[in-house]
Amino acid sequence: MLILECPYCGVKAEETELHGGGQAHIKRETVGSDDDAFEHYLFTRANPRGVHLERWRHANGCGKWFHAARDTTTLEVFGTYPAQTFEPPKDIIDAITAKRPDWSFKNWQGAT
Amino acid sequence: MKRYSAFAIAREAARFHSGWERAWRSPTPKKKYKVIIIGAGGHGLATAYYLGKNHGITDVAVIEKGWLGGGNTGRNTTIIRSNYLQDPSAAIYEKARSLYETMSQDLNYNVMFSPRGVLMLAQTHHEVRGYQRTAYANALQGVKTEFIGPQKVKEICPIMNVDGPRYPVLGGLFQARGGTARHDAVAWGYARACSDMGMDIIQQCEVTAVRREGGEVKGVSTTKGEIDCDKLCIVVAGNSGHVAELAGFRLPIESVALQALVSEPIKPCMDIVVMANTVHGYMSQSDKGEMVIGGGTDGYNNYTQRGSFQHIEETVRALIETFPMLSRLKMLRQWGGIVDVTGDRSPILSKTPLGNCFINCGWGTGGFKAIPGSGWAMAELVAKGHSPLTAEFGLDRFKEGRFIDESVAAGVAH
Repeated sequence: MLILECPYCGVKAEETELHGGGQAHIKRETVGSDDDAFEHYLFTRANPRGVHLERWRHANGCGKWFHAARDTTTLEVFGTYPAQTFEPPKDIIDAITAKRPDWSFKNWQGAT
Repeated sequence: MKRYSAFAIAREAARFHSGWERAWRSPTPKKKYKVIIIGAGGHGLATAYYLGKNHGITDVAVIEKGWLGGGNTGRNTTIIRSNYLQDPSAAIYEKARSLYETMSQDLNYNVMFSPRGVLMLAQTHHEVRGYQRTAYANALQGVKTEFIGPQKVKEICPIMNVDGPRYPVLGGLFQARGGTARHDAVAWGYARACSDMGMDIIQQCEVTAVRREGGEVKGVSTTKGEIDCDKLCIVVAGNSGHVAELAGFRLPIESVALQALVSEPIKPCMDIVVMANTVHGYMSQSDKGEMVIGGGTDGYNNYTQRGSFQHIEETVRALIETFPMLSRLKMLRQWGGIVDVTGDRSPILSKTPLGNCFINCGWGTGGFKAIPGSGWAMAELVAKGHSPLTAEFGLDRFKEGRFIDESVAAGVAH
Protein backbone atom coordinates (compact mmCIF):
# COMPACT_ATOMS: atom_id res chain seq x y z
CA MET A 1 0.00 0.00 0.00
CA LEU A 2 1.17 3.46 -0.94
CA ILE A 3 2.33 5.54 2.05
CA LEU A 4 3.11 9.25 1.70
CA GLU A 5 4.23 11.66 4.38
CA CYS A 6 2.15 14.83 4.46
CA PRO A 7 4.66 17.70 4.35
CA TYR A 8 2.33 19.94 6.36
CA CYS A 9 1.28 17.83 9.32
CA GLY A 10 4.07 15.26 9.17
CA VAL A 11 1.66 12.31 9.26
CA LYS A 12 2.70 9.18 7.35
CA ALA A 13 -0.60 8.65 5.62
CA GLU A 14 -1.61 5.52 3.74
CA GLU A 15 -3.66 5.54 0.58
CA THR A 16 -7.14 5.49 2.09
CA GLU A 17 -6.32 8.75 3.86
CA LEU A 18 -5.23 10.42 0.63
CA HIS A 19 -6.76 11.53 -2.64
CA GLY A 20 -4.71 11.57 -5.84
CA GLY A 21 -4.95 14.74 -7.91
CA GLY A 22 -2.99 13.84 -11.04
CA GLN A 23 -0.01 15.56 -12.60
CA ALA A 24 1.72 18.36 -10.66
CA HIS A 25 3.26 21.60 -11.97
CA ILE A 26 0.69 22.11 -14.73
CA LYS A 27 1.08 25.52 -16.31
CA ARG A 28 -2.32 27.18 -16.08
CA GLU A 29 -3.36 29.05 -19.20
CA THR A 30 -5.59 32.10 -19.12
CA VAL A 31 -6.95 34.96 -21.23
CA GLY A 32 -4.81 35.48 -24.31
CA SER A 33 -3.56 31.90 -24.63
CA ASP A 34 -4.16 30.16 -27.96
CA ASP A 35 -6.11 26.95 -28.61
CA ASP A 36 -3.04 24.71 -28.58
CA ALA A 37 -1.98 26.01 -25.19
CA PHE A 38 -5.47 25.46 -23.81
CA GLU A 39 -5.68 21.93 -25.19
CA HIS A 40 -2.33 21.16 -23.62
CA TYR A 41 -3.35 22.66 -20.28
CA LEU A 42 -6.77 21.01 -20.11
CA PHE A 43 -6.14 17.55 -21.54
CA THR A 44 -2.56 16.57 -22.34
CA ARG A 45 -1.02 14.88 -19.34
CA ALA A 46 2.43 13.66 -18.45
CA ASN A 47 2.21 9.88 -18.28
CA PRO A 48 5.83 8.81 -17.78
CA ARG A 49 7.02 5.26 -17.30
CA GLY A 50 9.36 6.16 -14.45
CA VAL A 51 9.65 9.22 -12.22
CA HIS A 52 6.45 11.22 -11.90
CA LEU A 53 5.52 14.34 -9.94
CA GLU A 54 1.95 14.30 -8.68
CA ARG A 55 -0.56 16.27 -6.66
CA TRP A 56 -2.07 14.59 -3.62
CA ARG A 57 -4.53 15.79 -1.02
CA HIS A 58 -4.39 14.71 2.60
CA ALA A 59 -8.17 14.27 2.37
CA ASN A 60 -8.86 12.45 5.63
CA GLY A 61 -6.29 14.49 7.54
CA CYS A 62 -5.27 18.11 7.36
CA GLY A 63 -7.06 18.50 4.01
CA LYS A 64 -4.19 20.25 2.27
CA TRP A 65 -2.76 19.67 -1.19
CA PHE A 66 0.87 18.65 -1.53
CA HIS A 67 3.17 17.19 -4.17
CA ALA A 68 4.87 13.80 -4.28
CA ALA A 69 7.74 12.41 -6.36
CA ARG A 70 7.14 8.76 -7.21
CA ASP A 71 8.25 6.13 -9.69
CA THR A 72 5.36 4.63 -11.65
CA THR A 73 7.25 1.44 -12.53
CA THR A 74 8.58 0.56 -9.07
CA LEU A 75 6.06 2.44 -6.86
CA GLU A 76 9.06 3.88 -5.01
CA VAL A 77 8.43 7.23 -3.28
CA PHE A 78 11.27 9.76 -3.40
CA GLY A 79 9.62 12.32 -1.14
CA THR A 80 6.83 14.84 -0.73
CA TYR A 81 6.90 18.63 -0.70
CA PRO A 82 4.51 21.56 -0.24
CA ALA A 83 2.52 22.58 -3.31
CA GLN A 84 3.44 26.28 -3.31
CA THR A 85 6.29 25.91 -5.78
CA PHE A 86 6.90 25.83 -9.55
CA GLU A 87 9.47 23.06 -9.34
CA PRO A 88 10.55 20.43 -6.81
CA PRO A 89 12.92 21.58 -4.03
CA LYS A 90 16.58 20.57 -4.15
CA ASP A 91 16.35 17.78 -1.58
CA ILE A 92 13.64 16.03 -3.66
CA ILE A 93 15.64 16.39 -6.88
CA ASP A 94 18.70 15.03 -5.05
CA ALA A 95 16.71 12.07 -3.74
CA ILE A 96 15.51 11.28 -7.27
CA THR A 97 18.86 11.71 -9.03
CA ALA A 98 20.60 9.60 -6.38
CA LYS A 99 18.63 6.63 -7.73
CA ARG A 100 17.91 7.86 -11.29
CA PRO A 101 21.07 9.76 -12.34
CA ASP A 102 19.65 10.55 -15.80
CA TRP A 103 16.54 12.24 -14.52
CA SER A 104 16.10 15.97 -14.61
CA PHE A 105 13.08 18.16 -13.93
CA LYS A 106 13.51 19.98 -17.21
CA ASN A 107 13.22 16.73 -19.19
CA TRP A 108 10.26 15.44 -17.21
CA GLN A 109 7.19 15.17 -19.51
CA GLY A 110 5.19 17.54 -17.34
CA ALA A 111 7.80 20.29 -17.64
CA THR A 112 8.30 20.16 -21.41
CA MET B 1 -3.62 -24.13 -42.16
CA LYS B 2 -5.58 -27.23 -41.26
CA ARG B 3 -9.13 -26.39 -40.24
CA TYR B 4 -10.42 -27.27 -36.80
CA SER B 5 -13.52 -29.46 -37.00
CA ALA B 6 -15.23 -32.48 -35.49
CA PHE B 7 -13.62 -34.49 -38.27
CA ALA B 8 -10.16 -33.15 -37.30
CA ILE B 9 -10.69 -34.25 -33.69
CA ALA B 10 -11.64 -37.75 -34.83
CA ARG B 11 -8.69 -37.89 -37.24
CA GLU B 12 -6.22 -36.79 -34.55
CA ALA B 13 -7.72 -39.11 -31.94
CA ALA B 14 -7.01 -42.00 -34.30
CA ARG B 15 -3.32 -41.09 -34.55
CA PHE B 16 -2.55 -40.08 -30.97
CA HIS B 17 -2.82 -36.33 -31.65
CA SER B 18 0.41 -36.27 -33.59
CA GLY B 19 -0.89 -34.11 -36.43
CA TRP B 20 -1.91 -30.85 -34.77
CA GLU B 21 0.12 -28.00 -36.18
CA ARG B 22 1.23 -24.82 -34.45
CA ALA B 23 -1.55 -22.23 -34.43
CA TRP B 24 0.78 -19.47 -35.64
CA ARG B 25 4.34 -19.19 -36.93
CA SER B 26 7.12 -17.39 -35.01
CA PRO B 27 9.18 -15.92 -37.87
CA THR B 28 12.22 -13.68 -37.71
CA PRO B 29 11.34 -10.16 -38.82
CA LYS B 30 11.82 -9.10 -42.45
CA LYS B 31 13.63 -5.84 -43.33
CA LYS B 32 10.45 -4.08 -44.36
CA TYR B 33 6.68 -4.38 -44.13
CA LYS B 34 3.86 -2.37 -45.60
CA VAL B 35 2.22 -2.02 -42.19
CA ILE B 36 3.71 -2.57 -38.75
CA ILE B 37 1.36 -2.87 -35.82
CA ILE B 38 2.90 -2.40 -32.37
CA GLY B 39 1.09 -4.53 -29.81
CA ALA B 40 -0.19 -8.10 -30.30
CA GLY B 41 -3.17 -7.81 -28.01
CA GLY B 42 -6.75 -8.25 -29.16
CA HIS B 43 -7.01 -4.82 -30.79
CA GLY B 44 -3.68 -5.06 -32.62
CA LEU B 45 -4.34 -8.56 -33.95
CA ALA B 46 -7.91 -7.68 -34.94
CA THR B 47 -6.57 -4.65 -36.85
CA ALA B 48 -4.12 -6.93 -38.68
CA TYR B 49 -6.84 -9.49 -39.39
CA TYR B 50 -9.27 -6.99 -40.95
CA LEU B 51 -6.43 -5.32 -42.88
CA GLY B 52 -5.95 -8.66 -44.58
CA LYS B 53 -9.56 -9.78 -44.78
CA ASN B 54 -11.30 -6.52 -45.75
CA HIS B 55 -8.53 -4.61 -47.50
CA GLY B 56 -6.21 -7.28 -48.90
CA ILE B 57 -3.12 -5.95 -47.12
CA THR B 58 -1.18 -8.94 -45.85
CA ASP B 59 2.38 -7.58 -45.79
CA VAL B 60 1.91 -6.88 -42.10
CA ALA B 61 3.99 -7.45 -38.96
CA VAL B 62 2.53 -7.42 -35.48
CA ILE B 63 5.26 -6.69 -32.93
CA GLU B 64 4.83 -7.57 -29.28
CA LYS B 65 7.24 -6.87 -26.42
CA GLY B 66 5.88 -9.63 -24.21
CA TRP B 67 3.77 -12.52 -25.36
CA LEU B 68 0.67 -12.58 -27.50
CA GLY B 69 -2.44 -11.52 -25.60
CA GLY B 70 -0.48 -11.22 -22.35
CA GLY B 71 -1.50 -7.68 -21.49
CA ASN B 72 -5.04 -6.47 -20.93
CA THR B 73 -6.42 -9.03 -23.40
CA GLY B 74 -5.60 -11.75 -20.88
CA ARG B 75 -6.45 -9.69 -17.81
CA ASN B 76 -9.96 -8.36 -18.37
CA THR B 77 -13.25 -9.77 -17.09
CA THR B 78 -14.42 -10.65 -20.66
CA ILE B 79 -17.64 -8.64 -20.64
CA ILE B 80 -19.24 -7.79 -23.99
CA ARG B 81 -22.00 -5.19 -24.27
CA SER B 82 -22.88 -2.18 -26.39
CA ASN B 83 -25.35 -0.17 -24.28
CA TYR B 84 -23.53 3.15 -24.54
CA LEU B 85 -25.12 6.58 -24.46
CA GLN B 86 -23.50 8.49 -27.32
CA ASP B 87 -24.12 7.60 -30.98
CA PRO B 88 -20.46 7.20 -32.08
CA SER B 89 -19.82 4.81 -29.18
CA ALA B 90 -22.97 2.80 -29.79
CA ALA B 91 -21.96 2.44 -33.45
CA ILE B 92 -18.49 1.02 -32.81
CA TYR B 93 -19.41 -1.09 -29.76
CA GLU B 94 -22.49 -2.54 -31.48
CA LYS B 95 -20.37 -3.33 -34.55
CA ALA B 96 -18.01 -5.17 -32.21
CA ARG B 97 -20.78 -7.03 -30.41
CA SER B 98 -22.34 -8.14 -33.67
CA LEU B 99 -18.96 -9.37 -34.96
CA TYR B 100 -18.53 -11.42 -31.77
CA GLU B 101 -21.70 -13.34 -32.69
CA THR B 102 -20.07 -14.90 -35.74
CA MET B 103 -16.42 -14.71 -34.68
CA SER B 104 -15.98 -18.42 -33.92
CA GLN B 105 -17.22 -19.39 -37.40
CA ASP B 106 -15.33 -16.56 -39.05
CA LEU B 107 -11.99 -17.46 -37.45
CA ASN B 108 -12.60 -21.23 -37.29
CA TYR B 109 -11.62 -20.89 -33.64
CA ASN B 110 -14.00 -21.33 -30.72
CA VAL B 111 -13.99 -18.05 -28.78
CA MET B 112 -16.84 -19.35 -26.61
CA PHE B 113 -19.01 -16.27 -27.09
CA SER B 114 -21.84 -16.61 -24.62
CA PRO B 115 -24.62 -14.03 -25.10
CA ARG B 116 -25.98 -14.64 -21.64
CA GLY B 117 -27.21 -11.10 -20.99
CA VAL B 118 -25.61 -8.15 -19.22
CA LEU B 119 -27.47 -6.43 -16.41
CA MET B 120 -26.31 -3.04 -15.13
CA LEU B 121 -27.84 -2.38 -11.74
CA ALA B 122 -29.37 0.94 -10.81
CA GLN B 123 -28.87 1.35 -7.07
CA THR B 124 -29.54 5.07 -6.72
CA HIS B 125 -32.29 7.27 -8.20
CA HIS B 126 -29.63 9.08 -10.17
CA GLU B 127 -28.66 5.80 -11.82
CA VAL B 128 -32.30 4.94 -12.54
CA ARG B 129 -32.68 8.18 -14.50
CA GLY B 130 -29.31 7.69 -16.18
CA TYR B 131 -30.09 4.15 -17.36
CA GLN B 132 -33.61 5.04 -18.48
CA ARG B 133 -32.03 7.73 -20.63
CA THR B 134 -29.50 5.22 -21.98
CA ALA B 135 -32.32 2.75 -22.77
CA TYR B 136 -34.11 5.45 -24.82
CA ALA B 137 -30.86 6.41 -26.55
CA ASN B 138 -30.18 2.74 -27.36
CA ALA B 139 -33.68 2.39 -28.84
CA LEU B 140 -32.90 5.25 -31.22
CA GLN B 141 -29.50 3.75 -32.08
CA GLY B 142 -30.99 0.35 -32.85
CA VAL B 143 -29.24 -1.33 -29.92
CA LYS B 144 -31.67 -3.63 -28.15
CA THR B 145 -31.72 -2.91 -24.43
CA GLU B 146 -34.47 -2.42 -21.88
CA PHE B 147 -34.87 -0.88 -18.46
CA ILE B 148 -36.32 -3.44 -16.05
CA GLY B 149 -37.72 -3.13 -12.52
CA PRO B 150 -36.43 -4.78 -9.34
CA GLN B 151 -38.88 -7.69 -9.60
CA LYS B 152 -37.57 -8.67 -13.02
CA VAL B 153 -34.01 -8.25 -11.73
CA LYS B 154 -34.71 -10.72 -8.96
CA GLU B 155 -36.25 -13.11 -11.51
CA ILE B 156 -33.20 -12.98 -13.78
CA CYS B 157 -30.71 -13.17 -10.92
CA PRO B 158 -32.20 -14.91 -7.86
CA ILE B 159 -29.00 -14.81 -5.78
CA MET B 160 -29.18 -11.02 -5.59
CA ASN B 161 -30.41 -9.17 -2.54
CA VAL B 162 -32.57 -6.43 -4.07
CA ASP B 163 -33.92 -4.99 -0.79
CA GLY B 164 -30.84 -3.20 0.41
CA PRO B 165 -30.63 -1.80 3.04
CA ARG B 166 -27.64 0.23 1.95
CA TYR B 167 -27.66 -0.49 -1.79
CA PRO B 168 -31.26 -1.39 -2.76
CA VAL B 169 -31.70 -2.46 -6.38
CA LEU B 170 -34.12 -0.02 -7.99
CA GLY B 171 -33.94 -1.49 -11.46
CA GLY B 172 -31.44 -2.25 -14.17
CA LEU B 173 -30.43 -1.76 -17.77
CA PHE B 174 -30.57 -5.18 -19.42
CA GLN B 175 -28.94 -6.09 -22.72
CA ALA B 176 -29.97 -9.65 -23.50
CA ARG B 177 -27.47 -10.04 -26.37
CA GLY B 178 -24.50 -8.95 -24.27
CA GLY B 179 -22.38 -11.57 -22.54
CA THR B 180 -18.88 -12.94 -22.28
CA ALA B 181 -16.27 -14.68 -24.44
CA ARG B 182 -13.03 -16.52 -23.82
CA HIS B 183 -10.54 -13.62 -23.88
CA ASP B 184 -7.37 -15.60 -24.71
CA ALA B 185 -9.15 -17.41 -27.52
CA VAL B 186 -10.01 -14.09 -29.17
CA ALA B 187 -6.31 -13.20 -29.36
CA TRP B 188 -5.29 -16.74 -30.34
CA GLY B 189 -7.99 -17.02 -32.99
CA TYR B 190 -7.01 -13.73 -34.62
CA ALA B 191 -3.30 -14.63 -34.41
CA ARG B 192 -3.90 -17.97 -36.12
CA ALA B 193 -5.93 -16.37 -38.89
CA CYS B 194 -3.35 -13.58 -39.38
CA SER B 195 -0.48 -16.04 -39.51
CA ASP B 196 -2.43 -18.06 -42.06
CA MET B 197 -2.74 -14.98 -44.28
CA GLY B 198 1.06 -14.70 -44.24
CA MET B 199 1.41 -11.97 -41.63
CA ASP B 200 4.33 -12.11 -39.20
CA ILE B 201 3.63 -12.09 -35.47
CA ILE B 202 6.88 -11.27 -33.71
CA GLN B 203 6.81 -11.81 -29.96
CA GLN B 204 9.37 -10.74 -27.35
CA CYS B 205 10.39 -7.86 -29.56
CA GLU B 206 10.25 -4.47 -27.86
CA VAL B 207 10.13 -1.25 -29.84
CA THR B 208 12.92 1.01 -28.58
CA ALA B 209 12.56 3.89 -31.04
CA VAL B 210 10.31 5.12 -33.81
CA ARG B 211 12.45 6.28 -36.73
CA ARG B 212 11.16 9.39 -38.46
CA GLU B 213 12.12 11.32 -41.57
CA GLY B 214 10.62 14.61 -42.69
CA GLY B 215 7.59 14.36 -40.43
CA GLU B 216 6.79 10.83 -41.63
CA VAL B 217 7.36 7.47 -40.05
CA LYS B 218 10.14 5.41 -41.60
CA GLY B 219 10.33 2.40 -39.36
CA VAL B 220 10.99 1.17 -35.87
CA SER B 221 14.05 0.09 -33.95
CA THR B 222 13.43 -3.00 -31.90
CA THR B 223 15.29 -5.44 -29.71
CA LYS B 224 15.33 -7.70 -32.80
CA GLY B 225 16.81 -5.06 -35.09
CA GLU B 226 15.56 -2.27 -37.32
CA ILE B 227 12.39 -2.80 -39.33
CA ASP B 228 11.12 -0.38 -41.98
CA CYS B 229 7.48 0.25 -42.79
CA ASP B 230 5.18 2.41 -44.90
CA LYS B 231 2.58 2.75 -42.17
CA LEU B 232 2.77 2.32 -38.42
CA CYS B 233 -0.14 1.57 -36.11
CA ILE B 234 0.33 1.92 -32.34
CA VAL B 235 -2.04 -0.29 -30.34
CA VAL B 236 -0.41 -0.65 -26.95
CA ALA B 237 -3.11 0.25 -24.37
CA GLY B 238 -1.46 1.10 -21.06
CA ASN B 239 1.88 1.87 -22.69
CA SER B 240 0.40 4.28 -25.26
CA GLY B 241 1.90 7.29 -23.51
CA HIS B 242 5.34 5.71 -23.63
CA VAL B 243 5.25 4.69 -27.30
CA ALA B 244 3.68 8.02 -28.33
CA GLU B 245 6.61 9.71 -26.62
CA LEU B 246 8.96 7.58 -28.77
CA ALA B 247 7.02 8.72 -31.84
CA GLY B 248 7.30 12.34 -30.75
CA PHE B 249 3.81 13.33 -29.64
CA ARG B 250 1.77 13.46 -26.44
CA LEU B 251 -1.63 12.05 -25.62
CA PRO B 252 -4.49 13.13 -23.36
CA ILE B 253 -4.11 9.85 -21.52
CA GLU B 254 -3.09 8.63 -18.09
CA SER B 255 -2.24 5.00 -17.30
CA VAL B 256 -3.67 3.52 -14.14
CA ALA B 257 -4.06 0.04 -12.66
CA LEU B 258 -7.37 -1.83 -12.85
CA GLN B 259 -7.86 -5.02 -10.87
CA ALA B 260 -9.86 -8.20 -10.99
CA LEU B 261 -10.10 -11.36 -8.91
CA VAL B 262 -11.69 -14.80 -9.07
CA SER B 263 -13.18 -17.02 -6.40
CA GLU B 264 -12.88 -20.74 -5.95
CA PRO B 265 -15.12 -22.65 -8.38
CA ILE B 266 -18.69 -23.29 -7.25
CA LYS B 267 -21.81 -24.83 -8.82
CA PRO B 268 -23.63 -22.68 -11.38
CA CYS B 269 -25.48 -19.92 -9.54
CA MET B 270 -25.59 -16.94 -11.89
CA ASP B 271 -26.15 -17.18 -15.64
CA ILE B 272 -25.82 -13.50 -16.54
CA VAL B 273 -23.24 -10.74 -16.11
CA VAL B 274 -24.09 -8.25 -13.37
CA MET B 275 -22.49 -4.83 -13.14
CA ALA B 276 -22.97 -2.56 -10.16
CA ASN B 277 -21.45 0.84 -10.82
CA THR B 278 -22.47 2.42 -7.53
CA VAL B 279 -20.45 -0.08 -5.54
CA HIS B 280 -17.64 -0.36 -8.12
CA GLY B 281 -17.97 -4.03 -8.86
CA TYR B 282 -19.01 -6.38 -11.62
CA MET B 283 -19.31 -10.11 -11.69
CA SER B 284 -19.98 -13.14 -13.85
CA GLN B 285 -19.50 -16.87 -13.42
CA SER B 286 -16.96 -18.58 -15.65
CA ASP B 287 -17.51 -21.97 -17.25
CA LYS B 288 -15.19 -23.44 -14.63
CA GLY B 289 -17.54 -22.11 -11.93
CA GLU B 290 -15.32 -19.34 -10.62
CA MET B 291 -16.97 -16.04 -9.80
CA VAL B 292 -15.03 -13.49 -11.89
CA ILE B 293 -15.06 -10.12 -10.15
CA GLY B 294 -13.80 -6.81 -11.48
CA GLY B 295 -13.00 -3.84 -9.32
CA GLY B 296 -12.28 -0.15 -9.64
CA THR B 297 -9.23 1.69 -10.91
CA ASP B 298 -6.57 3.17 -8.67
CA GLY B 299 -6.45 6.92 -8.38
CA TYR B 300 -2.86 7.40 -9.52
CA ASN B 301 -0.53 6.65 -12.44
CA ASN B 302 0.97 3.21 -12.39
CA TYR B 303 2.74 0.81 -14.77
CA THR B 304 3.25 -2.15 -12.45
CA GLN B 305 0.23 -4.32 -13.42
CA ARG B 306 -0.77 -4.66 -9.80
CA GLY B 307 -3.15 -2.48 -7.87
CA SER B 308 -3.99 -1.37 -4.37
CA PHE B 309 -5.38 -3.76 -1.83
CA GLN B 310 -7.91 -1.21 -0.61
CA HIS B 311 -9.82 -1.37 -3.91
CA ILE B 312 -10.28 -5.12 -3.67
CA GLU B 313 -11.51 -4.65 -0.15
CA GLU B 314 -14.00 -1.98 -1.24
CA THR B 315 -15.26 -4.03 -4.17
CA VAL B 316 -15.72 -7.20 -2.18
CA ARG B 317 -17.29 -5.41 0.78
CA ALA B 318 -19.91 -3.82 -1.45
CA LEU B 319 -20.54 -6.94 -3.55
CA ILE B 320 -21.32 -9.18 -0.60
CA GLU B 321 -24.02 -6.77 0.42
CA THR B 322 -25.71 -7.25 -2.97
CA PHE B 323 -24.76 -10.95 -3.17
CA PRO B 324 -24.85 -12.26 0.43
CA MET B 325 -24.08 -15.84 -0.71
CA LEU B 326 -20.56 -14.74 -1.70
CA SER B 327 -19.55 -13.97 1.86
CA ARG B 328 -18.09 -17.44 2.56
CA LEU B 329 -16.27 -17.81 -0.73
CA LYS B 330 -12.50 -17.92 -0.83
CA MET B 331 -10.77 -15.87 -3.48
CA LEU B 332 -8.25 -17.79 -5.57
CA ARG B 333 -6.23 -15.10 -7.22
CA GLN B 334 -6.07 -11.40 -8.02
CA TRP B 335 -4.30 -9.49 -10.77
CA GLY B 336 -4.05 -6.07 -12.35
CA GLY B 337 -3.68 -4.55 -15.79
CA ILE B 338 -2.66 -1.08 -16.89
CA VAL B 339 -5.46 0.80 -18.58
CA ASP B 340 -5.14 3.98 -20.63
CA VAL B 341 -7.83 6.41 -19.58
CA THR B 342 -8.86 9.53 -21.53
CA GLY B 343 -10.66 12.56 -20.16
CA ASP B 344 -14.01 11.70 -21.75
CA ARG B 345 -13.68 7.93 -21.21
CA SER B 346 -13.87 7.31 -24.96
CA PRO B 347 -11.13 5.77 -27.09
CA ILE B 348 -8.85 7.47 -29.59
CA LEU B 349 -8.70 5.92 -33.08
CA SER B 350 -6.84 8.46 -35.05
CA LYS B 351 -4.16 9.72 -37.35
CA THR B 352 -1.35 11.35 -35.41
CA PRO B 353 0.87 14.43 -35.83
CA LEU B 354 3.44 12.02 -37.32
CA GLY B 355 2.69 11.20 -40.97
CA ASN B 356 1.56 7.62 -41.76
CA CYS B 357 1.45 6.83 -38.06
CA PHE B 358 -1.91 5.83 -36.55
CA ILE B 359 -2.93 5.24 -32.97
CA ASN B 360 -5.66 3.16 -31.37
CA CYS B 361 -5.75 3.71 -27.61
CA GLY B 362 -7.73 5.11 -24.74
CA TRP B 363 -10.08 2.16 -24.40
CA GLY B 364 -9.45 2.50 -20.70
CA THR B 365 -11.35 0.08 -18.52
CA GLY B 366 -13.46 -1.45 -21.31
CA GLY B 367 -11.51 -2.47 -24.38
CA PHE B 368 -12.22 -6.19 -24.59
CA LYS B 369 -15.82 -5.86 -25.77
CA ALA B 370 -14.69 -3.57 -28.59
CA ILE B 371 -11.91 -5.73 -30.05
CA PRO B 372 -13.51 -6.78 -33.37
CA GLY B 373 -15.19 -3.43 -34.01
CA SER B 374 -12.03 -1.55 -33.13
CA GLY B 375 -9.95 -3.75 -35.43
CA TRP B 376 -12.51 -3.42 -38.23
CA ALA B 377 -12.57 0.38 -37.97
CA MET B 378 -8.83 0.79 -37.45
CA ALA B 379 -8.01 -1.41 -40.46
CA GLU B 380 -10.26 0.82 -42.59
CA LEU B 381 -8.56 3.95 -41.24
CA VAL B 382 -5.08 2.58 -41.91
CA ALA B 383 -5.95 1.25 -45.37
CA LYS B 384 -8.10 4.13 -46.68
CA GLY B 385 -7.19 7.06 -44.47
CA HIS B 386 -10.73 7.46 -43.17
CA SER B 387 -13.49 5.36 -41.62
CA PRO B 388 -17.04 6.29 -40.66
CA LEU B 389 -16.64 4.38 -37.39
CA THR B 390 -13.51 6.28 -36.28
CA ALA B 391 -14.50 9.73 -37.59
CA GLU B 392 -15.61 11.02 -34.20
CA PHE B 393 -12.79 9.40 -32.23
CA GLY B 394 -9.93 11.56 -33.55
CA LEU B 395 -7.24 13.17 -31.41
CA ASP B 396 -8.45 16.59 -32.58
CA ARG B 397 -11.70 16.23 -30.64
CA PHE B 398 -9.95 17.45 -27.50
CA LYS B 399 -8.80 20.66 -29.12
CA GLU B 400 -12.18 21.22 -30.75
CA GLY B 401 -14.23 20.34 -27.69
CA ARG B 402 -16.17 17.52 -29.40
CA PHE B 403 -16.04 15.09 -26.50
CA ILE B 404 -17.80 11.76 -26.55
CA ASP B 405 -18.66 11.76 -22.90
CA GLU B 406 -19.14 8.19 -21.73
CA SER B 407 -18.29 8.64 -18.09
CA VAL B 408 -21.84 7.57 -17.24
CA ALA B 409 -21.82 4.47 -19.43
CA ALA B 410 -18.25 3.65 -18.49
CA GLY B 411 -18.44 4.66 -14.86
CA VAL B 412 -16.08 2.26 -13.27
CA ALA B 413 -17.28 -0.97 -14.66
CA HIS B 414 -16.77 -1.95 -18.25
